[in-house]
Amino acid sequence: MAHLNFAPPPPFNETTEKLRADVRAFLDRELVGMTPAERARSWSGRDVAFSRKMADRGWIGMTWPKKYGGHERSALERYVVLEEMLAAGAPVGAHWIADRQSGPSILKFGTEEQRQTIVPRIAKGECFFCIGMSEPNSGSDLAATRTRAKKVDGGFLVNGQKIWTSGAHVSHYMILFCRTDTTGEDRHAGVSQFIVDMKTPGIVIRPIVDLSGEHHFNEVFFEDVFIPEGALLGQLGDGWKQVTNELSFERSGPDRFLSTFTLLVETLNALGPDANERAAIALGRVTSHLMVLRRMSRSVAGMLQRGEDPAVQASVVKELGTTLEQEIPEIVRMLVDAEPDYGADNPLVAVLAHNMMHAPSFSLRGGTREILRGIIARGLGLR
Amino acid sequence: MSETTDLIHDMAEKLFGDMCDKNLLDEAEKGVWPKALWSAMEEAGLTRALTDENAGGSGLSIGDAMVATRVAARHAAPAPIAETMLAEWLAASAGLSCPAGPLTVAPVLRTDKLSMAREGNGWRLKGVAHRTPYAANAAAIFVLVEAEGKNFVARVGTSMTRIAPGHNVAREPRETVSFDCALASDDVAPTEIDAARLRAFGAAMRTVQIAGALSRALDLSLQYVQERVQFGKPISKFQAIQHNMAMLAAHSAAANAAADIASEAAETDLDPIKIGVAKTRAGEAASVGAALAHAAHGAIGFTHDHTLHFSTKRLWSWRDEFGKESEWSALVGRAGLNAGGAGVWRKIIAQ
Ligand SMILES: Cc1cc2nc3c(=O)[nH]c(=O)nc-3n(C[C@H](O)[C@H](O)[C@H](O)COP(=O)(O)OP(=O)(O)OC[C@H]3O[C@@H](n4cnc5c(N)ncnc54)[C@H](O)[C@@H]3O)c2cc1C
Repeated sequence: MAHLNFAPPPPFNETTEKLRADVRAFLDRELVGMTPAERARSWSGRDVAFSRKMADRGWIGMTWPKKYGGHERSALERYVVLEEMLAAGAPVGAHWIADRQSGPSILKFGTEEQRQTIVPRIAKGECFFCIGMSEPNSGSDLAATRTRAKKVDGGFLVNGQKIWTSGAHVSHYMILFCRTDTTGEDRHAGVSQFIVDMKTPGIVIRPIVDLSGEHHFNEVFFEDVFIPEGALLGQLGDGWKQVTNELSFERSGPDRFLSTFTLLVETLNALGPDANERAAIALGRVTSHLMVLRRMSRSVAGMLQRGEDPAVQASVVKELGTTLEQEIPEIVRMLVDAEPDYGADNPLVAVLAHNMMHAPSFSLRGGTREILRGIIARGLGLR
Repeated sequence: MSETTDLIHDMAEKLFGDMCDKNLLDEAEKGVWPKALWSAMEEAGLTRALTDENAGGSGLSIGDAMVATRVAARHAAPAPIAETMLAEWLAASAGLSCPAGPLTVAPVLRTDKLSMAREGNGWRLKGVAHRTPYAANAAAIFVLVEAEGKNFVARVGTSMTRIAPGHNVAREPRETVSFDCALASDDVAPTEIDAARLRAFGAAMRTVQIAGALSRALDLSLQYVQERVQFGKPISKFQAIQHNMAMLAAHSAAANAAADIASEAAETDLDPIKIGVAKTRAGEAASVGAALAHAAHGAIGFTHDHTLHFSTKRLWSWRDEFGKESEWSALVGRAGLNAGGAGVWRKIIAQ
């Protein structure tokens, strides 16, 4: 019977633990003075200078080939750096998407020229990416994309609109997912990906303010935007296959269960060793979930390292992980006699306010809960 | 997984899969001891899994023994495989040999404290141990007891005790054993194991068993939803059913990951935090998973005639035995509170 197999993760070893110690020493130095409310932003927090410092230490593009500026380290070593960064609330947001999925996509599907010109800059922390998938009428139904790249002399002419594009206003490139052929019947055919320079004339970016009053995501309009032939990522018409692969990288990492970790930290600090039994039980349960998810997520990292396809397992990690991330603010609410307050000096209530307001997005971004459950059901042979 | 592990897994899958049919499980619920099953387990070396080869056992690693236990639980094997392993482990820690036949341990409740004092050349053991697994079937009960400020293991022949019947909701024997017995000095020996460690090993066993039983509940459910037709199509075609099956599979996968954590801990340092994490997570998976499996089966799964209940009643029992989620998560949570915000990651989660 179809079971979701999570093979034992590759074990940590001397190299990974030496690296972990280095990362911790770095974080202890670099994050001094960062407030809990800032740390609560997790991988949405941006600090370009911090990204550069990580790059200097070889912690961006860790697993990539040296000839493209990478460091040829194992997926497990990369995992150690990621989880230590997230647990500390480090501001890794600037390079996060490029390191997590755009770089790997270019290495896998890109031309030699794309690899040589772009990937080393990502690894240096100089080049950031955004994801151009969603559109006003194409959310979960990604294949309904209407943005169109039309073949013209020397390249393509793009018309259409993307939406919810995180960091479009601060990114150098977008990986654009759009339609290149409107003739076929099969919706999954005739779509392609492009590496689009965000400075290309004709691209207009408009901010969208989220419910907490912050600006992270945007609308991106394309009006007769000319992109050269060399911007095509992978094969024309292979966009669906490529995007599916990209999403495995997007879904399985520790960013899918540690987004609200700072809140756990602040709650433990606020309640202290004398907290009552009810609090110990509730927080112990959260900790237990985290430790089991960490094992499952490392198992997926092992699968990625071995070149296997963990799309279904990645969906399980994201689904269980985001559920936990969303539960944490709800649990903390019941343990502390205080109301969430964004601007409060009290770090716990400020972090609670931040996490509570951002929690709904955890099971939307990167594929909704319902879509993930559908993917798991397909993996079980039910659809 | 090593080659030996694979062999043990396949052997156990064949043995328990062939023998634990509905008839055997029904009989066991009525109190019939599964003699043929136990003989087959004996022949396969699963009844002395943890005993050294030179003492007539199989000398399996704890990890491999846990693999066999998980498979046995998957097939709801109605025999004290886990309890016998616990007893072997406890006996070995004290250098005591095990008599032939099934074994068990006592006490299994935190509230039961037995007492032991010197008497003549030997000892007298007194007290009551509630909910002792398979006591009446066991050849001996290995009792962990404190005396003179130290921990001892006492080997007690079942005939020396008074046993009142009792069961968990899966109708596995959980009996009340009254001890007032004189023990020879060579039936008693000191041990490094204390009550907390015995409880942790027991919890690790139950975690592994939950993973096994839940994987069976998942299999039965996946099969059923593809066979059952309503509104002119298999119910597996309804999205609500697909999503529930996805959640059942996700919790089953989490229970298996928890079982891996528990096995590794049992094999190494028996770290109570890791075992607490595992038992907490598996216990929750048992609750959610059993509910989803029943929901998918409709009324037929609520009958005694259907086999689903053999798995779900075990889930409902095992999640409580050797400490329910609240007990273990309190321990994990207290460790986190003591470590504080700065320490919880570095000292506990990623230590
Ligand atoms: C904070 C944040 C950042 C984001 N960043 C990016 C980004 O950088 N780039 C990008 O491209 N996108 C981004 N997104 C968009 C995200 O990928 C989409 O929100 C998501 O794919 C869902 O699309 P939608 O919002 O249009 O909702 P819809 O698809 O309209 O869904 C609405 C509801 O209907 C449900 N639903 C839809 N289809 C089905 C179905 N077949 N069966 C059952 N239920 C269904 C959904 O699960 C959901 O509950 C971001 C979103 C958020 C919240």
